[in-house]
Amino acid sequence: MSQPKRLAEGGLIDRSRPLSFRFNGKPYKGYAGDTLASALIANGVHLVGRSFKYHRPRGITAAGVEDPNGLVQVGRGATTVPNLMATQVPLSEGLRATSVNVFPSARFDVGAVLGWGSKLLPAGFYYKTFFGSPWLWRRVYEPLIRRAAGWGKAPNAADPDRYDHRHHHCDVLVVGAGPAGLAAARAAARSGARVVLADSDGRFGGSLLSSEVEIEGRSGSDWSDQVVDLLGQQDEVRLLPRTTVFGYYDGNYLCALERLADGPVRERLWHIRAREVVLATGAHERPLVFAGNDRPGIMLAGAVTTYLRRWAAKPGARMVLFTNNDRAYESAVVANEAGIEVAAVVDSRASVDPALGKLLSSRNIRHLTGHVVTRAEGTKRVTAAQIGRLSGDRIEGKAEKIDCDLLAVSGGLSPAVHLFSQAQGKLAYDETLACLRPAQGPGGVHSAGACNGTFDLAGVLAEGARAGASAAQATGFEASVEVLTVGSPWQHGAIEPLWSVPTASKKGKRFVDLQNDTSVADIELAVREGFDSAEHLKRYTLTGFGTDQGRTSNVNALGILAGAVGRPIGEVGTTTFRPPYTPVTFGAMGGRDRGDQFDPARLTPMQDWHVAQGAVFEDVGQWKRPRYFPKSGDDMKTAVARECKATRESVGIFDASTLGKIDIQGPDAAEFLNRVYTNGWKILPVGKARYGIMCGEDGMVFDDGTTARLSDQRYFMTTTTGGAAGVLDHLEEFLQTEWPDLRVRLTSVTEQWANVSLAGPRSRDVLAALAPDLDLSPEGFGFLQWRDAQVAGLDARIFRVSFTGELQYEINVPWHFGQALWDAAMAAGEPFGITPYGTETMHVLRAEKGFIIVGQETDGTTTPDDLGLGRMVSAKKDFIGKRSLSRADCLRPDRKQLVGLLPENPAQELPEGSQLVEVDHSKRPPPIPMIGFVTSSYWSAALETNFSLALVERGRSRHGDVIEVALKDGPTLARIVDPVFYDSEGARRDGD
Amino acid sequence: MKRFSFWSVARNALSSHAHWPRQWRSPEPKPAYDVIIVGGGGHGLATAYYLAKEHGITNVAVLEKGWLGGGNTARNTTIVRSNYLWDESAALYEHSLKLWEGLSRDLNYNVMFSQRGVMNLCHTLGDVRASRRRSEANRLNGVDSEWLEPADIKRICPILNLSPSLRYPVMGATFQPRGGVARHDAVAWGFARAADACGVDIIQNCAVIGLRREGGRIVGVDTTRGAIDAKKVGVVAAGHSSVLAEMAGIRLPIQSHPLQALVSEPIKPVLHTVIMSSAIHVYLSQSDKGELVIGAGADGYNSYAQRGSFHVIEEQMAALCELFPTLGRLRMLRSWGGIVDICPDASPIIGKMPVDGLYLNGGWGTGGFKATPGSGWVFAWTIAKDAPHPINAPFTLDRFTTGALIAEHGAAAVAH
Amino acid sequence: MLLINCPWCGARDEIEFHCGGEAHIVRPEQPDQLDDAAWADYLFMRGNPKGRYAERWVHSAGCRRWFNVIRDTTSHRILAVYKPGEPPPDLAEPSS
Repeated sequence: MSQPKRLAEGGLIDRSRPLSFRFNGKPYKGYAGDTLASALIANGVHLVGRSFKYHRPRGITAAGVEDPNGLVQVGRGATTVPNLMATQVPLSEGLRATSVNVFPSARFDVGAVLGWGSKLLPAGFYYKTFFGSPWLWRRVYEPLIRRAAGWGKAPNAADPDRYDHRHHHCDVLVVGAGPAGLAAARAAARSGARVVLADSDGRFGGSLLSSEVEIEGRSGSDWSDQVVDLLGQQDEVRLLPRTTVFGYYDGNYLCALERLADGPVRERLWHIRAREVVLATGAHERPLVFAGNDRPGIMLAGAVTTYLRRWAAKPGARMVLFTNNDRAYESAVVANEAGIEVAAVVDSRASVDPALGKLLSSRNIRHLTGHVVTRAEGTKRVTAAQIGRLSGDRIEGKAEKIDCDLLAVSGGLSPAVHLFSQAQGKLAYDETLACLRPAQGPGGVHSAGACNGTFDLAGVLAEGARAGASAAQATGFEASVEVLTVGSPWQHGAIEPLWSVPTASKKGKRFVDLQNDTSVADIELAVREGFDSAEHLKRYTLTGFGTDQGRTSNVNALGILAGAVGRPIGEVGTTTFRPPYTPVTFGAMGGRDRGDQFDPARLTPMQDWHVAQGAVFEDVGQWKRPRYFPKSGDDMKTAVARECKATRESVGIFDASTLGKIDIQGPDAAEFLNRVYTNGWKILPVGKARYGIMCGEDGMVFDDGTTARLSDQRYFMTTTTGGAAGVLDHLEEFLQTEWPDLRVRLTSVTEQWANVSLAGPRSRDVLAALAPDLDLSPEGFGFLQWRDAQVAGLDARIFRVSFTGELQYEINVPWHFGQALWDAAMAAGEPFGITPYGTETMHVLRAEKGFIIVGQETDGTTTPDDLGLGRMVSAKKDFIGKRSLSRADCLRPDRKQLVGLLPENPAQELPEGSQLVEVDHSKRPPPIPMIGFVTSSYWSAALETNFSLALVERGRSRHGDVIEVALKDGPTLARIVDPVFYDSEGARRDGD
Repeated sequence: MKRFSFWSVARNALSSHAHWPRQWRSPEPKPAYDVIIVGGGGHGLATAYYLAKEHGITNVAVLEKGWLGGGNTARNTTIVRSNYLWDESAALYEHSLKLWEGLSRDLNYNVMFSQRGVMNLCHTLGDVRASRRRSEANRLNGVDSEWLEPADIKRICPILNLSPSLRYPVMGATFQPRGGVARHDAVAWGFARAADACGVDIIQNCAVIGLRREGGRIVGVDTTRGAIDAKKVGVVAAGHSSVLAEMAGIRLPIQSHPLQALVSEPIKPVLHTVIMSSAIHVYLSQSDKGELVIGAGADGYNSYAQRGSFHVIEEQMAALCELFPTLGRLRMLRSWGGIVDICPDASPIIGKMPVDGLYLNGGWGTGGFKATPGSGWVFAWTIAKDAPHPINAPFTLDRFTTGALIAEHGAAAVAH
Repeated sequence: MLLINCPWCGARDEIEFHCGGEAHIVRPEQPDQLDDAAWADYLFMRGNPKGRYAERWVHSAGCRRWFNVIRDTTSHRILAVYKPGEPPPDLAEPSS
């Protein structure tokens, strides 16, 4: 029979749209508007899963986000999602869900053997054992624990779905669209304020959807629909259903996750900056704590009401209600009206409002005051409740057993103060309401309704309207509060806390945190062992650490703790609430910053050409740079050897567009450069360029490059590719904060100038063909000079600098002409076999010349002198970092200094990062003193040997010494040499 | 101290666990102690334990302003490793790692130290170069370290995205098999129980509000529970080092920043090692409970609020989804923030302060948890002998004057 | 996500800015006249108060200009924003 437990009529489900779904492989039917939980209950399915530690059978205990038990795995393969609460899964056609953490099934779970040994598994048992043998811990115990732990399973393939981020600003954000939130949104919206109203549920109304009330002459759900319609018509109002506000961050910045029903985007993460926030997040009901209180069929009283009224699903046939408060009586009446036999209402309070007694007797419902359920019977479903008389903290008299398949429980309401607490609001324990509620809020936050400890509908609506109006007023709008007429047969009434039902018997666990299987005995043990502060208790027993975040257990645990230590609840401390309110999908947080958008790739205008040539790229900062250009079948070594040879012997072409470029202008530009570079800049003439090193204020090398003087008050600085942004920041910082008196302005022009670099003895011939009017003689265009010229018909600025040791021209043209220049140069160079080279060849060529690369020969602990560039450090002037260079550690004689290194066997590679030791030291036991390390290492086609640059202690005084390179596979010998390997006299700089 | 073992659990099961004693006492403060340790986190409790165990100094109080182990001990991602670049750091963290390897037995408390290996990923040639240098230095320093090519990585961590089309593809990794994770709370509790058994007074809810000086010497502390005399005071208050140093008029090179972390919901095991990527700022492991434990980079501003900004987490989750595309549908269950005291060189300060009788152990930045036993061990030595042990001798405050920094941030942008 | 009121651009999200540490640390006029300790004090030693902190921020993804902020490091509340060169404002309001 289909949906045997569905009431014949009623509920907010769409009976015209039946849906098929499967749970644990079995087919069922439900209706649109159902959750998985309500559909399972309508099908009489209560056993949904097993508990974490003891694998006890568990069912659905709540109707909302507070359910600690009903965890399921939804879907399969790449799109499966583990650990969803059945109460939070909207039913959809073809939905497949399974129980988690069961083997082979929820009905017959072998893990249940753990329950038999539960005596050996008290709270924190794993801290006390399993450590005698590290081997057993590692190989046996820990793997067993890991396999037993965890709920569902991760997908087995990449998530195919997309997630969006949205940013939104509003005057008033209302969180929660129950009666308080709707009233607040309505009041705020009427003022003209920009309002956002968000609710986790797909349908607004909150508790109104399952209560029998009258507002302004309409039923709760009708009134709610009407308000939502009204709000929906207003331009300045945005409604966000299926959207959970999960985090409250600094400056009224709230984050919310919207679940989209269908379409190309699965979830949307909202970032909402609200001027004022109204929290109307409601409250969660607490269960009562007694032996066997975890059995399937035991359900929060409010959830019984909700399943019956909202979903017309009947959670049982014969019910016992166990309560400590007036409010829960509603569920007995609702159940009774729905045709459930209510066997008894068991109230722990000795004296109860006589009106409630009359109400029950009018319906022939048995009323047991001053009684408690001492134990629930049954295994996979509750079968009976054992009732006893409560006298003080003892059970007296003879027990009575009442058969039932539904045990509704209510221990009172806990306001959902999570967001309020995240906003740094302070909580206090309210003795009358027996709950934690907001005490002192920060500015800009208004709590309204049940989340503020206001539980009666009239009060909730009034407080909501007031909060909405005052939030709007705080943002400068005129708002008024309208009073609504409310008819509700139910009042919140009284409550008398009962944190746990006393027991004389050791039989039967009284669970506090159902998800983590934490029992009263576990809490008592923790207190006995000294874990008697709220945080220690939580951590030792894991209370509140489940996926339900202890919504139903935290306050009960505090109550039991307070009782155990004999102090008031207010003094034992509250729990802290941190984001998120409910779990948030990783992918949604990552949003669209994935794939190519993970980090923008910066590309030069010649990128397409490089790709077409089959270049192999490397990432340098955000730039993609060709590393080498393999011809068919080339490996890197072959390609690089070919590129090096061509450049040294004829001409190579290199895309240097990524170099950082800064346009420096102002009357004090020379003075400024003088302060940031280690060498002197005041006498550089117009038309010339100079190499400079920059240090941080700590004296360590920070960046290097050439800077040219374009005119009296204008300079063109180049920086390293990876360091460009950092250099500009560094310069701006000093200019603005230390030397605001200097009249200098800085502009990044990195992406204004494409740079085609021609290197090699034939580079002059190529350039001559491109710029026939330019005097390229060594006298006419000397080293470290620049010229403006027409190159291939383009306005160009040419710098004669060299990072290869060869004659070299860096031709700068406006960015978008980069490819045009490149094409022209390739054509002009064709007679000379012009060869494009990448960064790897550039590295080889510069290393042969002993030129450093910042970040490779330096590591943030390297001074100019360490690099042999002491001659570039001015003694005459101050510069950034100079004072640091005279500190004791910078003057140590045994500092590591840049040297060249040649392997005794030319074929032997000395991998970068290899450590250097004195000869024969490699064989010693560790720690072995390391005297240096290899910073750069290449095969040199010109030298026909592997060669390296290295930093070695006292290296400059050790040229000629043989040392050991401590390779993993055995040491090899190398000789310390001068770091300039090639053309040490600099003869090739002007070509041949 | 009643010893813990399987048999003690079994024996107590017979009496329904009704007779377990407190794991540590809750004493009233005495008027005076030989040594006061300010800060009841892992490092402070370890210091007290080793003072008692190694140096026979038991007239010791640990003062904790809140609940013990409630600071960064409770807020970190529990990674333990010793594969640091510089000799000084390698010696310190390796000493610590060796203590970790025997810690559960030494403390008679299962700190669940799990040597599942720590992998540091490389995404650029520069990364590779720096990592190989560190790995080679580790080997010569006696720290286990392996270089992994992508194929080796795949074998150890099949769910990692090794596609070359990744924006920053994984080019290799260093791997320290002896590294791993531990159960953070248990470390504090284990040290507390063991120190207490040696006679150390652990006093919770006792905030130090002043350092008492006489004739240029520290003679005790003022607390929210009254003045307490002490011959020596050791400050081990991560997240509040500067605040306490200021009570003695000392300015430190430390800035306190928020550091955020989060866990997923518990899932069945998918990750069997610790993965760290400093280049794209994400690191994660899977706890024995099944939660993925994930850490982010520090927020950019100073804070004592134990919370940070959400965009830091978002950036890190984008990186995580890139590296682990099959984990994108999992969900963040909890997030939190700690306060990390960061030194300019990302290395700690452990030693004597310019005021006699005052010692400081702080500035561990984002990586203090792994050092807990070693830090306590060398700090106890320093306090007991009034002189640093050779291992912590380089970690002076004076290094910021001489320039002899131990620059670990360059070697690993994220020094977790 | 702090909301920072750039003195030139107005209120913007924190992600547009970069924090530059303690404000009002003046670079010594003549560093070579300082001993190592005094230089180290300028270079590394910083206030790190629990409470009000005068710090520098730069609007990196906006006008790229530096300015000063007084912020409470326990509440993250920004109490004042002022331009470089200006003295810190006198805040009568007690720190939260």
